[in-house]
Amino acid sequence: MGRVGTIARRSFLVGSVAIVSGVAFGYYMYRKPSANPLLDDLQEGEAALTPYVKIDASGITLITPRADSGQGAYSVQAMMIAEELDVDMDQVRVDPGVPSPAYYNTALAAESAPFRPTDRSTMANTTRGVMDAVMKFTGMQMTGGSTTVPDGYEKLRMAGAVARETLKVAAGRRTGQDPKKMTTERGHVILPDGTRIAYTDLAAEAAQVEPVDHLALRHPSRWRIMGKPMLRHDIVAKSTGTQAYGIDFEPEGAVHATVRTNPRKGGAMLAYDASAAETMRGVQKVVPVTGGVAVVADNTWRAFAAAQAIDIEWGDAPYPPQMDAHWQALSDSFNDDQLDSRKRDDGDVAAAAYDAEDADIVEAEYRAPYLAHAPLEPSNATVLVTDTRVDVWSGTQVPRFVQANIARLTGINVDDVHVHVQMMGGSFGQRLEDDVERQATEIAMQMKGTPVKLTYRREEDMTHDHPRQIAMARGRGVVRDGQVHAFDLGIAMPSVMSSQMGRQGWTVPGPDLQIVAGAWEQPLAIPNYRVSGYRAPELAPISSWRSVGASTNGFFHDVFLDELIHAAGADPLEERLRLMWHDPSRKVLEAVAEMSNWATLPGAGRGRGVAFCTSFGVPVAEVIDVTATPEGIRIDNVWVAAEVGRVIDPVNFENLVQGGVIFALGHAINCEITYADGMAEQDNFYAFEGLRMRQAPKIEVRGLENDIHVRGMGEPMVPPAAAALSNAIFAATGQRIREMPMNRHIDFV
Amino acid sequence: MKLTVDGTAHEVDVEEDMPLLWVLRDELGYKGVKYGCGVAQCGACTVHLNGAAVRSCQTWAADAEGAEITTIQGLGTPDALHAVQEAWITHQVAQCGYCQAGQMMQAAALLAETPAPSDADIDDAMSGNLCRCGTYPRIRAAVKTAAALLSEV
Ligand code: FES
Ligand code: FES
Repeated sequence: MGRVGTIARRSFLVGSVAIVSGVAFGYYMYRKPSANPLLDDLQEGEAALTPYVKIDASGITLITPRADSGQGAYSVQAMMIAEELDVDMDQVRVDPGVPSPAYYNTALAAESAPFRPTDRSTMANTTRGVMDAVMKFTGMQMTGGSTTVPDGYEKLRMAGAVARETLKVAAGRRTGQDPKKMTTERGHVILPDGTRIAYTDLAAEAAQVEPVDHLALRHPSRWRIMGKPMLRHDIVAKSTGTQAYGIDFEPEGAVHATVRTNPRKGGAMLAYDASAAETMRGVQKVVPVTGGVAVVADNTWRAFAAAQAIDIEWGDAPYPPQMDAHWQALSDSFNDDQLDSRKRDDGDVAAAAYDAEDADIVEAEYRAPYLAHAPLEPSNATVLVTDTRVDVWSGTQVPRFVQANIARLTGINVDDVHVHVQMMGGSFGQRLEDDVERQATEIAMQMKGTPVKLTYRREEDMTHDHPRQIAMARGRGVVRDGQVHAFDLGIAMPSVMSSQMGRQGWTVPGPDLQIVAGAWEQPLAIPNYRVSGYRAPELAPISSWRSVGASTNGFFHDVFLDELIHAAGADPLEERLRLMWHDPSRKVLEAVAEMSNWATLPGAGRGRGVAFCTSFGVPVAEVIDVTATPEGIRIDNVWVAAEVGRVIDPVNFENLVQGGVIFALGHAINCEITYADGMAEQDNFYAFEGLRMRQAPKIEVRGLENDIHVRGMGEPMVPPAAAALSNAIFAATGQRIREMPMNRHIDFV
Repeated sequence: MKLTVDGTAHEVDVEEDMPLLWVLRDELGYKGVKYGCGVAQCGACTVHLNGAAVRSCQTWAADAEGAEITTIQGLGTPDALHAVQEAWITHQVAQCGYCQAGQMMQAAALLAETPAPSDADIDDAMSGNLCRCGTYPRIRAAVKTAAALLSEV
């Protein structure tokens, strides 16, 4: 067996179970990795089959458990299963839903949120356990984004392969022929004489045989589906208005609700007067929820209008009400007491950077603002509470948290809380939070037996988002003999992990590596090179925003590097290449150099900038060129190269990367969340615009496959984009932009 | 109040100033029409009123009375695609897809008026439609493909 199979078998084992008129294949998850043999050690309730392939008389279903917030995760997962199962994509149903209760139990659900809870009983695990959880949490932030592919790359293919071989054994049992002489094609087992038996005919028998083990996965050169452009399974629905999202789900008899909670997030509601609202047409009820009030009506718009008609007195914010205090807190954090990590400390920075001639020293300070996630589908959830069970329909990325929190809220057994994950109209990390599900439950508890559909107004969504962290960085560096000689970067921000996990009742001891992510792990051979993370106090509640720490740090690190390179008088691309010691990373830089024709000079008024950032294990280089027009900066072209090990679907890959670059650039030029009197000042897209089509550059994308690790691409295109833009603007205008949003300093067309 | 949606006549009893968006979604069940911002900033709610693209979040129910209202589901169906939808499938435009109904309605209205739009025409017509996932490069390409498909017939 090849390396891949060995690794796969160490971490899971594929099994099967019988279901009504068929069979389900999946993998057993076990909690004691050192134990052997694997299955013998499974205790009652400790393991369960996670099904990936379900075959019964009605057809073949591929189960894609990782959530899809728009990145095509469902399709990519299905492709990985189908590749080994020998079915074509047009023959299968893809079911992202909750697995059938026939083989679902709560231990299975632990897989989607592999945390050890920090309630008292398991506190014994202490630091190591918690740090494990933090790592896992960090790794799965973009469930379906950056972790879906690496996580499923072996597991899903293996599930497909085991199912295929087991079906052959079932065919052997039925016909008395040797399974080794059989082949498979398009959902059929082919007997040596050419007779075809459909998988669906063999399903019931396959459930009776021991699943085939010891399989090698196919070599990529034999792939039929992976690596090829495939039609995403949701593309027809999404191109015809027939895709249903969470916001479209409406069970019979549902009422429409909306909430207003304290815009000083986490603050109390002191008093409210709903007398006007209560008499408005269609309003059924006005009920309190944590930190605010909800209106229940017969129509969403009527609920919105009534909610606006309520007079409310809000309490203070549990964080500084004005922005200056937030920036001051960051500025005050650069000290030894708040040093959180110093994972990069090469050479002797203290001597090299602080004992140099003034002329060679470069110093700079950078800032990045709070940012809302603002997926286009506003937050919503539908909840039905009865005396014995709860049903939740929502586009959540953390169904396990939702389930546990709602069980706690309602007092209903966790097994009787059913979360039905819906398609999301975007997330960018927002749907890792579960306020909306909790609030819908609070309302539904006051209306037992009636499904309550809670929809936020856009304004509520934007002002109550848990934004991206605010961050500040200070760099000091030295150039010598035309080269970067010393690089010292300190980054201060509050801990995203601590804020986010704190809301789930977790504590995060030890360093939060998100404070330096996208900076400390860059493969540069600068002789004196240091990156320090400083943990600022908690300010406004924050959460993971597409690429998390790297979304700010990729900008800080690479703009500062660019400043040093310019001070040294070196070529920005050549000097980066000279410093880069990691071969796959050099190759992404070489790729964008070629794609952008870096060696030729841009015309007058134009400028080109390059940036590089490794995040989530993916090295990405981007070159941007801009024109300084009389109306402002125009972004003309972007060239992106990323090292992902394997591109699973080239069309989806290109779309994802282009979109991520546009997402990053839009926020970099014109988006921020600022607080005044404790309230977010931006409440809709006119004040938080992002890129419009007329501003969108041409974007050329190349995926490289030089590394052995297969990586996901939901986030890593984001961190270098703002840096490349700032570097390009400097090249075009001589003006160095060190703060986002950049339109605070320069106009854009 | 009488409303004609995708060729079907409906009688609704709503406030005159209820936005058409919510009449369509909550009163009549046309869920293909999407709510994104409610203030004409995103275009997710775009429908056709007598063939012209309008933001249904900013159109009063009363103002739609007597008009032919077309939603994305009336533009074409999976079995009988409109050229714009076909082009959207060919280019695999959608990511989350939430903005795309509005994008396609906007594009269809553009092509009805300007069968061979220039890049600038496309940018002008489409810049009111926000895509948070950033699918603009594919939208541009798909609009051109749709224009070509329409000129063939
Ligand atoms: S919902 Fe109408 S334009 Fe955004
Ligand atoms: S595809 Fe997600 S908003 Fe456009």
